[in-house]
Amino acid sequence: MDILIQQVVSGLATGGIYGSVALALVMIYEATDIVNFAQGQMAVVSTYIAWSLLNAGAPYWAAFLATLAISFVGGLLLERIVIRPVEGAPVLTVVIVCIGLLVILNSVLGWIYSYIQKPFPSPFPDRPIRIGNVYFGAHDVGALAITVLVLVALYAFFRFTTLGLAMRAAAQNPASSRLCGIRVGWMLAIGWGLASLIGAVAGMMVAPIVTLDPNMMAGILIYAFASATLGGFTSPGGAVLGGLIVGVIENLVGTYVHFIGTELKLTVALAVILIVLLVRPSGLFGRAAVHRV
Amino acid sequence: MLKKVLLLMLMTAFGLGMLAPAGAQTVVGVTATEIKIGNTNPYSGPASAYGTIGKVIGAYFKKVNEEGGVNGRKINYITYDDAYSPPKAVEMVRKLVEQDQVAALFQTLGTPTNSAIHKYVNQQKVPHLFVATGATKWNDPQHFPWTMGWQPNYQTEGKIYAQYIMKNFPDAKIGILYQNDDYGKDYRKGLHDGLGEANAKKMIVMEQTYEVTDPTIDSQIVNLKNSGANVFFNVTIPKFAVQAIKKAHDLGWKPAHFLNNVSSSLATVLKPAGVEASRGLITALYMKEITDPQWKSDKGYQDWVAFMKKYYPEGALDDQSNAFGYTVAHAMTQVLKQCGNDLSRENIMKQAASLKNVEFPLLLPGIKVNTSPTDHAPIEQEQLAKFDGERWATFGELYDASKK
Repeated sequence: MDILIQQVVSGLATGGIYGSVALALVMIYEATDIVNFAQGQMAVVSTYIAWSLLNAGAPYWAAFLATLAISFVGGLLLERIVIRPVEGAPVLTVVIVCIGLLVILNSVLGWIYSYIQKPFPSPFPDRPIRIGNVYFGAHDVGALAITVLVLVALYAFFRFTTLGLAMRAAAQNPASSRLCGIRVGWMLAIGWGLASLIGAVAGMMVAPIVTLDPNMMAGILIYAFASATLGGFTSPGGAVLGGLIVGVIENLVGTYVHFIGTELKLTVALAVILIVLLVRPSGLFGRAAVHRV
Repeated sequence: MLKKVLLLMLMTAFGLGMLAPAGAQTVVGVTATEIKIGNTNPYSGPASAYGTIGKVIGAYFKKVNEEGGVNGRKINYITYDDAYSPPKAVEMVRKLVEQDQVAALFQTLGTPTNSAIHKYVNQQKVPHLFVATGATKWNDPQHFPWTMGWQPNYQTEGKIYAQYIMKNFPDAKIGILYQNDDYGKDYRKGLHDGLGEANAKKMIVMEQTYEVTDPTIDSQIVNLKNSGANVFFNVTIPKFAVQAIKKAHDLGWKPAHFLNNVSSSLATVLKPAGVEASRGLITALYMKEITDPQWKSDKGYQDWVAFMKKYYPEGALDDQSNAFGYTVAHAMTQVLKQCGNDLSRENIMKQAASLKNVEFPLLLPGIKVNTSPTDHAPIEQEQLAKFDGERWATFGELYDASKK
């Protein structure tokens, strides 16, 4: 029984990572209607910024907040400079631009910081929390709490602020929004800024667990896609929950289904994407996309 | 027109004559003032962290050239990016052999990439020296007389741990975590072979694998702890080694913990994982671990730092790969020196296969490089070391795989 609970707990911890990256993916999809393959790599860039600030002697939370600000502006600028020229182009064009961005950012990071992994500090205590025979990493619990916090903030932002409403409108119906006086271009740019900010949070929470290197998010992004697909690309809460579900399923299947074992764990994530797309393309909590023609 | 054709034919004949001197010796890529050495490295792609090896080798040859070269010849080092991709490696190595006409290939990096060019270079009879991979198959002079390995192979290392475990933990219950590819499987095989079939069956209580793409290995560590193992054989690359050490510690699991040499760096593995969690780890070493404080006043280490600052200032001083490339470049230079004025491919290979008790500055004291026409495994010695909270303290005697 202990092993089952421990596997679920560590599944939740890993799932929290997937969920936080999935949240950034969903954010950009909500705000700009595109799937950003460079999202993970942007988060790594943010984490390196935080690492540089910390190395320069900044206190943790100051570096944390400064990184969020820099990431927001950085995301905004990326949209203005890189994405804006292909606005309205076919989906494939945007996807290719995002992948190009991924490769460029990855190489630039390797060039500046080398590919050697770097330790990244956690703001939470080092000691694990023990309940009975089950151990919780303090960082895992803290990271999950922060993800939920971001989620709540995001929900409130989209639900209760005019800017949030305007952004949703701009993503879903640019023409009508423009007629209502919303500056659609800027809404998209802010969407990129926010997604980049959420990615920065995810990166800084993930790095203490997996250590920081330019390829840090490569594997995680696949699981984040599985989480976002499962939860629904239009539902931030769904994405986080999807992450937790994928994390737990992956561990339990790896432990108890012997022909899958630890060798086919990644396959489980890919199977989740496939099954969801076949059975319920909008995900567990997503809205079905309806377009008036 | 006819004149031109005749002239061309004459020149070709003359050219061919130059290429085939008396005897069966093939001299390619050598002039009175230079010798061409070819290399491929992953400067881009998933394994680009290793690319620094190709760069530090170039920096070392630059130093050799500035100091007058080898026997009056400058080393012309040509290195291409293979992105760790086998088809790309084939393309680049063919370019090196057929267009650039290098005298020898040196330190081509990666198990999959070297596997892809293995047959080709042996058919072409090009020296394929000191390949940068820990796989076992490079030491096969009978079938592949032109290929030679460098570092101790993974299976040997696995056997070293097996012997130590049998001697010191007769009641061991062993849990293994290994990367699900050739590298991980070689280590696993070494341990199995070292234990012997009966012991392996009795002692190994659980084996878990992970994929390089996995974000974390928490689940595997939970299972290993739960298996009741009291010996943990940890075959992971640095990123996962940090996680494994930390997680085992967090779970309150305290096995005798054997960490593969691949992840023995203090700066990138043990310190990030935490000194407390890392205390007591055991590994097998053949090089000085350059972030270990015990080498700070070592002459070999200091020379290396001085070299790095002058010739490769952008290279990281906490990256063992830079020490690795520097050391193996010494070996290549040594081979060229031994060749004297006969730089035929046959003689380069002959000299590479006659290194006798050579020591290099960043190998552990006492470790000697030996090769022969029937032994294409230059480094076969390793020593166990235990992390005492500050440094790798070596213990026991030097293990020599060639004598077992």
